[in-house]
Amino acid sequence: MEKYIEIVDAVKTFGSVQALRGVNLTVKKGEVVLIIGPSGSGKSTLLRSVNRLERLDSGRILIDGESVTDPNSDIRHIREEVGMVFQSFNLFPHLSVLDNISLAPVSVLKKHKDEAIEIAKKLLAKVGLSDKEKAWPEQLSGGQQQRVAIARALAMNPKVMLFDEPTSALDPEMIKEVLDVMTELAREGMTMLVVSHEMGFARAAAHRIIFMDAGQIIEEAPPETFFTSPREERTRKFLEHIL
Amino acid sequence: MKGSPRTDRNSKSSEKTTINVTDGTLIPLKDEGSLLTSWNIAFFGAIFLLILLPILSPDPYLRILSFVPDGLIATFSVTLVSIFFALLIGLFAGLGRISQKLFINRIATVYVEVIRGIPLLVQLFYIYYALGPLLRLKGPAAAILAMSICYGAYMAEIFRAGMQAIPRGQMEAALALGMSRSMAMRKIIIPQTIRIILPPIGNEFIALLKDSSLVSILAVSDLLRRGREYASTSFRYFESYTIIALIYLVMTLFFSRLVAMMEERLRHRGKVH
Repeated sequence: MEKYIEIVDAVKTFGSVQALRGVNLTVKKGEVVLIIGPSGSGKSTLLRSVNRLERLDSGRILIDGESVTDPNSDIRHIREEVGMVFQSFNLFPHLSVLDNISLAPVSVLKKHKDEAIEIAKKLLAKVGLSDKEKAWPEQLSGGQQQRVAIARALAMNPKVMLFDEPTSALDPEMIKEVLDVMTELAREGMTMLVVSHEMGFARAAAHRIIFMDAGQIIEEAPPETFFTSPREERTRKFLEHIL
Repeated sequence: MKGSPRTDRNSKSSEKTTINVTDGTLIPLKDEGSLLTSWNIAFFGAIFLLILLPILSPDPYLRILSFVPDGLIATFSVTLVSIFFALLIGLFAGLGRISQKLFINRIATVYVEVIRGIPLLVQLFYIYYALGPLLRLKGPAAAILAMSICYGAYMAEIFRAGMQAIPRGQMEAALALGMSRSMAMRKIIIPQTIRIILPPIGNEFIALLKDSSLVSILAVSDLLRRGREYASTSFRYFESYTIIALIYLVMTLFFSRLVAMMEERLRHRGKVH
């Protein structure tokens, strides 16, 4: 399989905190990679660097051969092809569910309004929320909001999806409905980079688990071996905490 | 949020009690259902007096009432044109205040600080008299210019606060969808800002309506000036200024209720379909 995302020597500092200290990571097309690690380990920063919501201090990131980190590259065009789902959903509260999903296809991709609405309806059906087309975000539960947020990202027809702790803000009973949608996406062959501690999802859908600590990748392995026989002491300690 | 240790120092929120006092009339709350609310007493009391006084003693009250409508038109013209330009200036100065470009940010901030530090009356004098030989503006034009510049600075702070109140995730979500920063501003940030800033802007409008009485010193025949003209020829000071005060009161109370109703409607949009 071809390399799709290439992260080379990524370094990022916030004030005195070194969030990333030389991270190297390659994600292949269709691969689902899960990043875990203690808070402050730099995993979210790494994810947010992939669509340049954070700018690296040094190092480079390529998506499908296009540089994200080069200041001269057309970052807006790259972002069109990189969907992102946030911990806090970030739906647009002044727009209906349908408008949340169809806004970017219409205003960024210049799609015809009717076509964008048609796509939005299909995506809502896909995430199981056909009855919520006309609802406002604040009328939805957290799980429903996150599924709309996934549909909104998918409406841009992205080639890769980034998930930044998509279930951390959800009540336990809503986590499954979001993970089901993500698992379905993984099964369809979407390239996914996921920051999450959901072990169920890891086992069901991830091809590879990355463990990060203190701004570095400590260990990476397929889920079976990662959970049963981690090599590193730090990984073992961390797994004891979350399993 | 691992990505932002910068915001950590804000997390220890000090539990200070804050009070919220505005310089406009109080925008009434909807759930004050009773007839005897302070708003009802003041508003209908003023209207009652405005009807009763001319009936009981047509001279001078009816004469005063028929003398001032011209002034009312001038007051409204100055207020509406000024608020329009103040909003325009405020929007751009507010955007400047949150701009990441240092130069633009400085210009906007200095403008806001300087203007807010000088009393409106002094600014009116400055533009009309001090800069008079240079600008050669007539009274109304000078009044509108001074009020727009002055209130633009206050509006800028409202726009800035409103835009900063929108969670950062909104901008990030818009950028992640491939929007440019300016498109995200237009489609995501500003529409949400308007809902937040409508009440304070309504307050500024009411404050500006009242402050417009200051322009009477620039030879603008506004409501106050007309009242003064009547008083100085008839020597009926008490009666003239009573009527003028009542008219201002009715107007400001009316608009404060209007703003409250608009706010209520905006609040409900998004909750029910």
